[in-house]
Amino acid sequence: MSLDKAFKDIPGTTVFDAEQSRRGYWLNQFCMSLMKADNRARFRADERAYLDEWKMSEEQKQAVLDRDLNRCIALGGNIYFLSKIGATDGKSFQQMAGSMTGMSEEAYREMMINGGRSIEGNRRIGEHGDAQRPRED
Amino acid sequence: MARITSSLYTSHIPAVGAAFDLGKTEEPYWRKVFSGYEFTKQWEKAHTPDVVFLVYNDHATAFSLAMIPTFAIMTGPEFEPADEGYGRRPVPKVIGHPELAAHIASEVIQQDFDLTMVNEIDVDHGLTVPLSCVFGKVDAWPCRIIPFAVNVVQHPVPSGARCFALGQAIGRAIESYPEDLNVQIWGTGGMSHQLQGPRAGLINREWDNAFLDKLIDDPAALSKTPNIEYVREAGSEGIELVMWLIARGAMADARGGPKPKVAHRFYHVPASNTAVGHLVLENAG
Repeated sequence: MSLDKAFKDIPGTTVFDAEQSRRGYWLNQFCMSLMKADNRARFRADERAYLDEWKMSEEQKQAVLDRDLNRCIALGGNIYFLSKIGATDGKSFQQMAGSMTGMSEEAYREMMINGGRSIEGNRRIGEHGDAQRPRED
Repeated sequence: MARITSSLYTSHIPAVGAAFDLGKTEEPYWRKVFSGYEFTKQWEKAHTPDVVFLVYNDHATAFSLAMIPTFAIMTGPEFEPADEGYGRRPVPKVIGHPELAAHIASEVIQQDFDLTMVNEIDVDHGLTVPLSCVFGKVDAWPCRIIPFAVNVVQHPVPSGARCFALGQAIGRAIESYPEDLNVQIWGTGGMSHQLQGPRAGLINREWDNAFLDKLIDDPAALSKTPNIEYVREAGSEGIELVMWLIARGAMADARGGPKPKVAHRFYHVPASNTAVGHLVLENAG
């Protein structure tokens, strides 16, 4: 039984399921390799050459080079794996999460201090919350 | 006989561990977070258990996509804090309780909960941050710890109902262990947070507090909450809260005993991207 379609009805959210996991297998396993200092050094020295050692799609490699985490997630990445790229770059989890929202680092931090992003309008696709484009009606 | 005296619930935010390790606990931003654990630090001094059964999740640290066990009990003698890419946390190693862990595994597998058994693993912030919050800076943790990992990374993750029933089975298993041991069970993770996509930064204070209310008063009803509701209402990483139901299921009232007493309750927003929740429940007697 595949996952309930309801999981696809949440705005600005990709649920990491078996299908995404299969799609992103090598992207995520590449990220895991960055847990080792030697691999981080090799990646830093020549990112493209290091990525070419992995069975990733060209799109996945480009998304990593661009540090486009939303794209990485669309291509099967999971944030706990992708966070190893952020750790390699010296980024905090807050900087990584914020980078996916289109907000500046400062604005995102400020939003969190003020109680975080509101759930109102952000439960379902087509509502009017700030995590999705407004409905065109 | 071994006895479950209390259960404890807490978020396990990595930035809290970093603030702790870097000596930032007195900075105003972090002071508000750590103040929520002051009661518990004192309380633990008076109620130090022999063993903590600690339910957490691995965050792509020891379990990559190579292996994704739904429920894994750590039956080994000791576990090192993991290097999650920032170096190992400067905290003591975890000393397990292989005899009790083997007993629990054996009992609950025979009650149809098919656990994975793990003897060698490094434990990540999901396990070590709660220990730091509750026991503070120490040279050795004051008790044995049985780590218990739940897959909440790749869906489908176990349901709240399955977690609650597993907690009941773990409770029965612990209380059938012949040695006189004071055992606490901890559930960690949550509360509302989302670390990915345009909805990152989501916090749902009302939902979190309703979760705490129901966890205290009617966990059996709470356990029927479908997983989709956690993701929708508490964020994609808020699904970690199903792990709290394992600890709650192990309490006496989930097996026909008296209701627990609420010793402490705390809620604060934010720590980094996350709502911090913390609860201590004591079994009667």
